[in-house]
Amino acid sequence: MSANLIQLLWDATLQTLYMVAVSAILGTLGGLPLGVFLATSQRGELLSAPVVNKVLGLVVNATRSVPFIILVVAIIPFTRALVGTSIGTNAAIVPLTLAAIPFIARLVENAIREVDGGLIEAARAMGATPLQIIRKVLIPEAMPAIALGLTLAVVSLIGYSAMVGAVGGEGLGDLGIRYGYQRFMPEVMLAVVVILIVLVQVVQSLGEWIAARVDRRAPRNRGH
Amino acid sequence: MTGTEQGAAITFESVGKSFTKAGGDPVMALADIDLTVPQGSITGIIGRSGAGKSTLLRMVNGLERPTEGRVLVAGHDVGRARGPQLRAIRREVGMIFQHFNLLSSRTVRGNIALPLEIAGTPAAQIRPRVDDLIEQVGLSALRDRYPAELSGGQKQRVGIARALATNPKVLLSDEATSALDPETTQTVLELLGQINRDLGLTVLLITHEMAVLRDVASHMAVIEGGRIVEAGPTYDVFRKPAHPTTRSFLSGVTGATLPGFIAGRLLPERPDGPSQEVIRVTFAGQHATDPMLARLATDLGIAANILSGNIEEVGPHPFGNLLLSLDADRGAEARAYLERHGLTTEVLGHVR
Repeated sequence: MSANLIQLLWDATLQTLYMVAVSAILGTLGGLPLGVFLATSQRGELLSAPVVNKVLGLVVNATRSVPFIILVVAIIPFTRALVGTSIGTNAAIVPLTLAAIPFIARLVENAIREVDGGLIEAARAMGATPLQIIRKVLIPEAMPAIALGLTLAVVSLIGYSAMVGAVGGEGLGDLGIRYGYQRFMPEVMLAVVVILIVLVQVVQSLGEWIAARVDRRAPRNRGH
Repeated sequence: MTGTEQGAAITFESVGKSFTKAGGDPVMALADIDLTVPQGSITGIIGRSGAGKSTLLRMVNGLERPTEGRVLVAGHDVGRARGPQLRAIRREVGMIFQHFNLLSSRTVRGNIALPLEIAGTPAAQIRPRVDDLIEQVGLSALRDRYPAELSGGQKQRVGIARALATNPKVLLSDEATSALDPETTQTVLELLGQINRDLGLTVLLITHEMAVLRDVASHMAVIEGGRIVEAGPTYDVFRKPAHPTTRSFLSGVTGATLPGFIAGRLLPERPDGPSQEVIRVTFAGQHATDPMLARLATDLGIAANILSGNIEEVGPHPFGNLLLSLDADRGAEARAYLERHGLTTEVLGHVR
């Protein structure tokens, strides 16, 4: 493989990491509060707002039922209005983030719903406000599940980021399609696949390690 | 404000609670509850599951609201309080739970600090207060452990320390010992008793175990089908239980159950011909230790068979319960004699 190709692979990997990292961060900034709200706003719950809950739930479901490749194309006018272009990494971040928000929201919602209702009751009995309960009880207690959920989301984003390559995004997917497929260079295709596998492995292991670090639900060997 | 009796920590005034299920008739959970929890008492409410005791307890800190009547805590109408006012009342009322409800993500220290953080206590004051509380419940060696590393009894001690953190006037206990083994139950009950004495804290607890009331409660109430069927000082209720539900709870704890071979033959009315009368004799107070059966034999010449019995303590008082059978012809005479000497008797039936 030529030095030129290696440089291309390196650049593409960095572009993929950039797209995934930015969309994961933005997706979490949007998805975490949305997920917390979805988990706490049904009738009779902490933030009881059943109508808003229903509407947001519908929006989340609608977004999640659109195939990602369609979403990318469908929102091109929006992407253009936002970043001035519909090609390149920054343009790709828009649909990636838009797909990540409802996905992360559902993962966070599930994680929060797993928290024992007795803890909410205990906190209410202490005189906690709904926001205090969310900040001091629900989110910390749901942290192991949230960490695993975010890992899943990042892994999915790596896959999605390769997909935006097909429609003018950059990164590993773009490289694999243009060189590996259209120029018939199987070694490039193979290299792209190997790098993607390694990325997913690293993310998954890191996520599991973090989740285990924050999980205090089982006794741990204290080394004595 | 009327009806706030002097010295009452909690007052239930004609409290009722009904739930409306979607598309169904309202279900009555509690009705006509009038109950006073004396200041500084340990008051226990006993009932079977579904009797409404949990709902009753949760009205004291506004986790449930009455649909009728009022619940007064230190003069505040809890059912009508909202928002900041309700949260202020809740900080005056600590609560402990059957399943402890500790945060798995916080250490012992962190869990006890939680109510103080919620109350907005400055961080510099939280730490010494938490250390004090940890010492008070005897967990100094475990302050940096997580709940998963503690035994049930230790977890409940954390729960108690947490409930005391904001210096409440009332402590609510929701079946706090029901998930613990008998030995641990004893130590947790002793801790509750000690807190009650040392801090003058009023404790309101619910349980389905009469032994818990016998061991710590100064006052008690029996709840059945959403209504209080009997209430009073624990010792009085133990001595003269009026309601069948109370008696059935008591039979499990006072050891005074009839042996099977007698219970099976017990007749409600006296049969014709020679028969034996089966009676329950309750010894209380100073007479609990008198040799009354020997006197019965020497004074009246009546020989009684002991079927079952025991003596234990209810609070500070000795309390005995004895099941006897004796000649039915002399039953009335014997009972009158025993009553005259300060004992309580009750005819359970007759056997041939």
